[in-house]
Amino acid sequence: MPWEGTASSFAPVAIGVPLLVACLLAALGKLLPRWAVDAVATVAVVGVVALDVVLLRATRAGRVVTWVGAWTPSRGSSVGISLVADRLGAGLALLAGVLVLAALVYSWRYFEDVGAHYQVLILLFLAGMTGFVLSGDVFDMFVFFELMGAVAYALTGFLVEDDTAVQGALNFAIINSLGAYFTLTGIGILYARYGALGLPQLGEALAGQPPDALLVIAFCLVCVGFLVKAAVVPFHFWTADAEAVAPTPVCLLFSGVMVALGVYGVDRVYSTVFGEVLPHDAVRRALLVLGALTALVGALMCFLQRHLKRLLAYSTIAHVGLFLAAAGTLDGPGTTGAAVYVLGHAGIKGALFLIAGTVLSRYGSVDEVSLHGRGRDARVMPWLAVVAGLALAGLPPFGTGLGKAISEEALSASGFRWGPVLFVLVSALTGAAVLRAAGRIYFGLGPKPQDDDQDEASGDEQDRETPALPRVRATMLLPIAALLIGALAIGAVPAVARGVSSAAREFLDGQGYVQQALHGAAAEPPAPLTEAAWTATGVALDVLSVLLAAGLAALALWKAQLPDRLRTVTRPMRSAVAALRRAHSGHVGDYVAWLLLGIAAFTALVGVPMI
Amino acid sequence: MSRAVRWWVLGAGTAGVGLVLLLAFLQMPSFGSSHHPYRDAAVPAAVAHGTANVVGSVTFDQRGIDTLGEEAIFFGSVLAVLVLLRPEDEEEPRPEEGSLAPLQSTRLFGYLLLPLSLITGLDIVAHGHVTPGGGFQGGIMLATALHLVYVAGRYRSLEQLRPMPLFESGEAAGVAAFTALGFAGIAVTGSFLANFLPYGTFGQILSAGTVPLLNIAVGVAVGSGGIVLLGQFFTQVFLADREKGSGS
Amino acid sequence: MSVYAYVVAGALLLLGAIGIARSRDLVHAVVCLSISQSGTYVLLLAIGYQDGAPAPVFGSTSAPTTRVVDPVVQALTLTDIVVSATVTALLLALSIQIQKRHGTVDPDELSALEG
Repeated sequence: MPWEGTASSFAPVAIGVPLLVACLLAALGKLLPRWAVDAVATVAVVGVVALDVVLLRATRAGRVVTWVGAWTPSRGSSVGISLVADRLGAGLALLAGVLVLAALVYSWRYFEDVGAHYQVLILLFLAGMTGFVLSGDVFDMFVFFELMGAVAYALTGFLVEDDTAVQGALNFAIINSLGAYFTLTGIGILYARYGALGLPQLGEALAGQPPDALLVIAFCLVCVGFLVKAAVVPFHFWTADAEAVAPTPVCLLFSGVMVALGVYGVDRVYSTVFGEVLPHDAVRRALLVLGALTALVGALMCFLQRHLKRLLAYSTIAHVGLFLAAAGTLDGPGTTGAAVYVLGHAGIKGALFLIAGTVLSRYGSVDEVSLHGRGRDARVMPWLAVVAGLALAGLPPFGTGLGKAISEEALSASGFRWGPVLFVLVSALTGAAVLRAAGRIYFGLGPKPQDDDQDEASGDEQDRETPALPRVRATMLLPIAALLIGALAIGAVPAVARGVSSAAREFLDGQGYVQQALHGAAAEPPAPLTEAAWTATGVALDVLSVLLAAGLAALALWKAQLPDRLRTVTRPMRSAVAALRRAHSGHVGDYVAWLLLGIAAFTALVGVPMI
Repeated sequence: MSRAVRWWVLGAGTAGVGLVLLLAFLQMPSFGSSHHPYRDAAVPAAVAHGTANVVGSVTFDQRGIDTLGEEAIFFGSVLAVLVLLRPEDEEEPRPEEGSLAPLQSTRLFGYLLLPLSLITGLDIVAHGHVTPGGGFQGGIMLATALHLVYVAGRYRSLEQLRPMPLFESGEAAGVAAFTALGFAGIAVTGSFLANFLPYGTFGQILSAGTVPLLNIAVGVAVGSGGIVLLGQFFTQVFLADREKGSGS
Repeated sequence: MSVYAYVVAGALLLLGAIGIARSRDLVHAVVCLSISQSGTYVLLLAIGYQDGAPAPVFGSTSAPTTRVVDPVVQALTLTDIVVSATVTALLLALSIQIQKRHGTVDPDELSALEG
């Protein structure tokens, strides 16, 4: 039986250890000096990362199933909760652990006086993410989802002295909580008819059922909370608000792994529970539409920002749209592309947020316009920022480039020829925004822009998170470099993509999940896909994105010198862009209205073609 | 967005979601039906583990990791309030001046009900596995019962009875005890949160294995956490701006 | 009516959301959020109800039987209540800080996060 043996204890220990250490630090934190608190927290996270690595190795023999409380299935059913670690889940847990480690190391010398509360919250966040990813029960996923959320709200508003921090945290909290209540409603509706909450039990109960309105609606409602967390349009408005004000290491966690977990949640629930019931076409179409819309809105808003952290937040939204579009193909290559892209993006976006943190520390602002040329004396950061910007646009051999290439190929192979166009355009726009910002700040490129555009949030009011630093400390530089190297390794080491493709095929095998978790059937992970590698077309499209990104950045930097005729071309778009900007108003009431409309639209997108 | 646009979006969204929910509700089993498959499995499982309160068995035994997560959420949120309402350098506590003294009858009832409430709370925590109740319910009762001292008396009396560091540690200890019992399950039976203690006599106080212990851990955590939580909000009421010299 | 209880739950969920969207005061918005959540409690408990069945607690006078109200949804609702209470406390703490920083709790007047 796959739930016997020591491997089945790994998942609960990975959840329990951060929790226990968090309690320890909360009780003793006031008595210990700062370095001791940091040391205990870091050692605990290193331990969890090591355990995640061991768990990932154990998944080579198939999914690692744990029935908590020894409620193992008898006669094919169980009243208990299962924790099922397949390769993708264990991999995401490992990613979460590694990013938390990077965030903790960065925080060592970044915050000066935060007490033990910060480290306790980070440890609880890790426990929440690990529990969410490894859980095999939809209500348990909801509980850990709320744990992630509650701690995230606190971390976002952590620097209470900052006027905008608490407002961003409040918007974040209200929208995410409301989304979670809709997920709970969906869980309740599903439970009412099938009397089960576990993913294997539900998957078995639903297999072969005729798809009716209740199933479609239950699926859409359950996905609402995950889509809100994933910052998919039109549930995305909270993201820029929260990431603009959260402390930098926290933004690293949000953009790097937390939003990806939303996409994971949707995909997991679909493939294990609804995969045999709802027709693939309807769900695929809905996910592709949402993904494309999210990617375009995110990329456009990203390019318009001058506040560095908001720029990066919108770029995250754009990339989540790309992940959702790739995973929305609901097949092996698409899911592989999405997973590789997530891994690469986590490294690049994490590094970019940490770089933005160094900018804030050294120059006291995150406004691209007012920081024009201020960074000219920096030695290493400018090049790291440029490399990260190019990698965001898809520079080979970074992981982002590989993920992008595999995803484009998967989309066009499934018949969606607009896929590569979308990916090239969106990654070029987001890369261009970063390159433009890096060019202005670190190299002083382009004429100093007029400070006349008052529509958008300026980065000048951003309070310093740390006392002013004359130089970037080593503990801040190290995680940045490590994240960039990690992102490079994802793309450059072929074994990674092959392993991810095997994990993706196992992930999509919902019936295999049910059989292994509930009936103890032995299983071997499927073979890797041939599509999980660099192709000539993929490299060509990546190079195209990078060139386009550089071109757009140059255009933005030197737009004052463009001939007037070119500028009249963009005039009709201005009112549309202005309307889009106005929709992102910072007002929580607007966000709730869009949330409700989004739920109705998503359900209609999935359900109406099935009538 | 202007209010008018917001109204239109809201109206469309509400109509859509309302329709969606109604369509789902019409296809659910009717209210009061006897179709509850999970219950049909949970009740015998609870009885097999000697727990007379089936809800308690489901909460702590069958779906124990959900409760662990919930404990973590409670712990994290109390910590969050501690972080978000931490006093700043410009603020100092102001004395509770000018408030009316409570009525004699309020004082009498407050002081009479205080020990009764505390004992009832403890009873609900301790008997969570045999009667309705449990750690959460009893813990909240204990936390709010302590505040009868404030209702019937003065804030200063409450402050003296409520050493904050003790309760902050108490909350952490409660959650840690829950997790430690889970790990003890691994040590004894190889399974996290397994019910490894003897099941005892059905319906007596010594029954249900680890469920009463988990109830006590949760009671300590929730009771202490509730006191800490309320304390933070009280502190905000009695804070003054050092420069202004009066309450906010 | 066999669907009435669920409709009440759905109405609470939507009324809470509408309340937040229309709100002029953050404390009011937070309370509306907890109204939405109480809609989910009503839904869960209504799903678990069975006509004429007693509570799922067995004592000296009641022998164990499966003809009881669903205990699982009660456990879920308990979890839900704890989550709601703590998130409400967190949001109220945030509202207090907003009042201190911005001098107002009217969402219409909080404009620092535009664009």
